[in-house]
Amino acid sequence: MTEGKHPEAPVSEPWKDPHATPYIRIQNVTKKFGDFTAVNNVSLNIYQQELFCLLGGSGCGKSTLLRMLAGFEEPDGGQLFIDGQDMAGIPPYQRPVNMMFQSYALFPHMTVQDNVAFGLKQDNTPKSELWERVKAMLEMVKLGSFASRKPHQLSGGQRQRVALARSLIKQPKLLLLDEPLGALDKKLRESTQFELMNIQEKLGVTFVVVTHDQEEAMTLSTRIGVMNAGQIVQVGTPTEIYEFPTSRFVADFIGSVNMFQGRIVDEDNDYVRISSDEAGCTIFINHGVAAPPSAALAVALRPEKIVISREAPADTTENCTHGVVEGIAYMGDVSVYNVRLHTGKLAKVTQPNLVRHADTINWDDHVYLHWHAASGIVLTV
Amino acid sequence: MGGANRSPFVTGWMWAGFAFLYIPILSLVIFSFNSNKLVTVWAGFSTKWYVALMQNRQILDAAWLSLKVGLANATIAVILGTLVALCLARFGPFRGRALLSGLATAPLVMPEVITGLSLLLLFVAMEQALGWPAGRGVLTIIIAHATFSMAYVAVVVQSRLTGMDPSIEEAAMDLGAKPAKVFFVITLPIIAPALVSGWLLAFTLSLDDLVIASFVSGPGASTLPMVIYSKVRLGLSPEINALATLLVVIVALGVITAGILMAHQERVRQRDIQLAIAGNK
Repeated sequence: MTEGKHPEAPVSEPWKDPHATPYIRIQNVTKKFGDFTAVNNVSLNIYQQELFCLLGGSGCGKSTLLRMLAGFEEPDGGQLFIDGQDMAGIPPYQRPVNMMFQSYALFPHMTVQDNVAFGLKQDNTPKSELWERVKAMLEMVKLGSFASRKPHQLSGGQRQRVALARSLIKQPKLLLLDEPLGALDKKLRESTQFELMNIQEKLGVTFVVVTHDQEEAMTLSTRIGVMNAGQIVQVGTPTEIYEFPTSRFVADFIGSVNMFQGRIVDEDNDYVRISSDEAGCTIFINHGVAAPPSAALAVALRPEKIVISREAPADTTENCTHGVVEGIAYMGDVSVYNVRLHTGKLAKVTQPNLVRHADTINWDDHVYLHWHAASGIVLTV
Repeated sequence: MGGANRSPFVTGWMWAGFAFLYIPILSLVIFSFNSNKLVTVWAGFSTKWYVALMQNRQILDAAWLSLKVGLANATIAVILGTLVALCLARFGPFRGRALLSGLATAPLVMPEVITGLSLLLLFVAMEQALGWPAGRGVLTIIIAHATFSMAYVAVVVQSRLTGMDPSIEEAAMDLGAKPAKVFFVITLPIIAPALVSGWLLAFTLSLDDLVIASFVSGPGASTLPMVIYSKVRLGLSPEINALATLLVVIVALGVITAGILMAHQERVRQRDIQLAIAGNK
């Protein structure tokens, strides 16, 4: 999404270029806490100026991975390179990395400007230059008039901006953000998300963001690494992760999804037919699948890619099933329908509310669900 | 507070509680102005016992000694107690952590008689084996007091350290500060309130201690509680009443000052919160 805003910038998808040098190289990194393996043999490349999101549930190892990049934890196995330099044994205060903490971790006994100046003071930056830079940084995060306040005199959003200013003041090449928007309310989150993206573009910093919030990951990142149980299960752009998940875990974790178990009954290079007892119909998909014939697999269907109607569609032989509406959740822009299929399985369908006074579908209506041949995602793992 | 329509029964019990707590102290204050040498028989108002107190070299020397011991003890206890607290709160699990934790807090539950006796035996044995500490006196009292008040400091400071967000220290390190600098510039100022209360606690414990001091003290080194106790055994003297009244006044002044300061801080805090809410637009 960055290239859309800056047409003059080179197409920034370095992960597709085999000759590009990654800025961060994580090689077979493992971290154990006692018997618990927090990070299990993770390998990952992150490129300059990326906004990379590590996404996963709590305890999936994403924060541990971030803390290893910052130097607060040492890997038990594997290697970590930042800008080509092996990070083994290099303490946090010597790494070219700054971090923004989930709790913001502002120094409670220092004013806003002293908090922001702290990093520069450690480098013995000359006084005049130091305060000039602090002032400019505070202006950038719109906190110029709060310079002499203490952290407890600020609201949550202001604290978050102080934390951001403090982590950016040393102009790090790499900024690590641990759940940066976690403590903010929804309105503030949205505006801050875009602020973060602007800053990232303006300063050309590489961001690695840890989050459990998929919406945050989707809007912010150039690429997402989905983590589960200490491992990276899929890396890709937000679109790839959402539209082409490679596993049931990712399909289920990102967004909501209807999962139908089934098996292949007919296939060729450019199509596949799957018979599903759960869906109660044959699912036709207009591309080939790399799976052994008659293998048990699942077809994932996003709720918004299913069309719901009271009248039967023209073709009811394939990609069409029926059931009874059990519940409707009206969300304003869309409505969510829970449909009990004739097979007993519950399916979820979302439809945009396009017309204000529509002849809407009601509870206990008998409805048909159908979808396009390109909508189904075949998942073998 | 809604005190106007509280039932007389509740108010009555409240005053009974106050009376139970403060009448003994009040009677002590009143009898310190008694002109009679017999402590319990009132014979008219007089301040002569205060004058006598100011001329009593033994009591004044003991008070001065107690102050010195208290100051030295509190300072040593704060340094050692903070080190113990840091070990327990920041160094993660290490071999012997449970032992250190147990040993550091043992003096909290150990009867004073046992602490005193064991220290006395140690000092005697050390003098015979090493020749130090030579005899018993101020030094041994300070050492003895520091060993047990250190435990209180450790508990106070450790709870403050545990309550402090560890990522604050990590943030400082992340911004380029070496561990020693992080401690002095970040950790120390944040735990300073705990150090102050630990210091005051250690000072009070030392000023108050009679049992341990009696065990480890030597000739010529009598603390204030020791002198008062020995005087009371020879019969109550109105001078002691005067001394106790002075102590009560000093403590009351301290408590009132602390109360005013805290009320002021609370007002500032409330104003800050208002400010933060106003800025949150």
